[in-house]
Amino acid sequence: MTATVERAPTEGATGSKRSRILMKGNEAIAEAAIQAGCDAYFGYPITPQAELLEWMARRMPELGRVFVQAESELGAINMGLGAAATGARVLVSSSSPGMSLMAEAMSYMAGSQTPIVLVNVMRGGPGLGSIGPSQSDYFQAVKGHGHGDYKVPVLAPASIGEAVELVATAFELAERYRTPVILLADGILGQAMEPIEPQFRHPPRQEFDWALTGADGRPPRVLRSLHLLPERLEEHNNVLQAKFREIARNEVRWAGEQLEDADLAVVAYGTAARIAHSAMRKARQEGIRVGLFRPITLWPFPEPQLRELASRPTAMLVVELSAGQMVEDVRLAVEGRCPVAFHGRTGGMLPTPDEVLAELRRLDATVRAGGAT
Amino acid sequence: MTAVATPPRVIASRPELLTDRSTHYCPGCGHGIIHRLLAEVLEELELAPRTIAVAPVGCAVFAYDYLQLDWVEAPHGRAPAVATGIRRVRPDSFVLTYQGDGDLAAIGTAEIIHAAGRGELITAIFVNNGIYGMTGGQMAPTTLLGQHTTSTPTGREAGAAGFPIPMTEMLAILPGVTYAARGSVSDPPHIGKTKAMIKRACKAQLDGAGFAIVEILSNCPVGWGMTAVESMEHLSEVEKVYPLGVLVDRSAPARQPAAAEGA
Repeated sequence: MTATVERAPTEGATGSKRSRILMKGNEAIAEAAIQAGCDAYFGYPITPQAELLEWMARRMPELGRVFVQAESELGAINMGLGAAATGARVLVSSSSPGMSLMAEAMSYMAGSQTPIVLVNVMRGGPGLGSIGPSQSDYFQAVKGHGHGDYKVPVLAPASIGEAVELVATAFELAERYRTPVILLADGILGQAMEPIEPQFRHPPRQEFDWALTGADGRPPRVLRSLHLLPERLEEHNNVLQAKFREIARNEVRWAGEQLEDADLAVVAYGTAARIAHSAMRKARQEGIRVGLFRPITLWPFPEPQLRELASRPTAMLVVELSAGQMVEDVRLAVEGRCPVAFHGRTGGMLPTPDEVLAELRRLDATVRAGGAT
Repeated sequence: MTAVATPPRVIASRPELLTDRSTHYCPGCGHGIIHRLLAEVLEELELAPRTIAVAPVGCAVFAYDYLQLDWVEAPHGRAPAVATGIRRVRPDSFVLTYQGDGDLAAIGTAEIIHAAGRGELITAIFVNNGIYGMTGGQMAPTTLLGQHTTSTPTGREAGAAGFPIPMTEMLAILPGVTYAARGSVSDPPHIGKTKAMIKRACKAQLDGAGFAIVEILSNCPVGWGMTAVESMEHLSEVEKVYPLGVLVDRSAPARQPAAAEGA
């Protein structure tokens, strides 16, 4: 469903009305992928991402592109592997339980350096869990997803508009670094509707010297992750690790708000950052100087930036829709330079801004009293 | 000395598609024969330049070292899904999977059945040697009743380990399957027939008719605890459980719904 809404020109704007469209998150992500030149989509129905698959089912054949509803998430991700091996731009989407099934092929693609974009619209877990919004797949996404020594870039939008932008970024990163990329959303981002400016990006195409197109007038190409000789596999892993270091150097993304004078920083991503933002404003009204640090790339994690922030006299509150996962990376980043507290809800339950505010008051009082958290 | 030497007459040679190297396969293994058949067929149909092949998990994962084609490795059993993705985005390519019986008949049953059910335009080469060779000779779904393996040390007994699964018969009933046949590498006449089956299965893809599969009964001398010659002779026992021949050959595409009778 889309509806066009007109926004009155703001003072200082160029004077022309900017057209915005109201879109559901799942559908906006799907359309952004189409606009980014996605050649093929493979999926399997699962709540709360089913609308993404349905959007693709209608739009991709309209455009003469590939859509297949697979027999399982295993089928979907491996169709993605095959299509991506030919150099096609491929999107696969699922939600938490489906992501577990996709972990196997993700490891193969990380090993064989096959680019693909994977969307996880997270729901409550473990197991079948719930269909409510959650951020409980943080560990799964940022610690590699499948077996073996690898990482993949993980992008975490906090709004539907940002999701649209990050879909294009995801394709760019995937192709630049020959790697799977995960867009980590949650049930709220997937299901909510927000007005967005339809400014879709269209990343340029490039020729790949690794893509399988048939050995016609050139030597055969093989996309593989198997290297039976330990020496060869270590050599291959060293290449991968060098690539991961390059990504960590170049691709950290984060956003900060009111951190300059902050005594306390809330660290949160995605939907949790929206809630934290409301809590921050309430706290400021009470005179508690709170800032917001929002990682946009969960891997590479904005570690140096957080460490620098922690060098100032401050304390941090991490807010997540989980029992506490990113908080471990925050603690690793700050290396004890400042106290780090945590507040989270699970199972599809959301922390309210007032809950977060109460935690901020408590943290503020503790810091003022000079105590530990 | 004015005699002119007559050049020797070439009656057999290595297909150019095969690399000039010895394989890692055990002495007497049937994979080498099947690789050669595939190379001959791809050359005869001039398909190599547009072929993208999918390698399995198992002994034959190294097929890419011997057949000079573009290859991608699939996770265990997922080759038909990988092939689906390739064929859908590159409709001009020729796509084949090369899979063993552990790969296709155990861990990859969902992928092979649904690729066949969709009538994907891919050709599956299914090598059935009734055992997990690479991992040291454990029971496969195709292992014969009574057969000794490292995981059925007293012989496969149906009560505990189930019955051999005739995958190709199961696939042949699906309307998306245009060609399904079973051959063997037990002796030269059977090898010749098997080559004809592979060729027909490749042409089915070229005709856009649907999914095609050739099951090839092969041997595993080491896994079976036999000499190479004994294992080839033993294939006649295997052929009693898995009869040879063409199971289905639907020449016309089966993609449109049948017209209502008398309408």
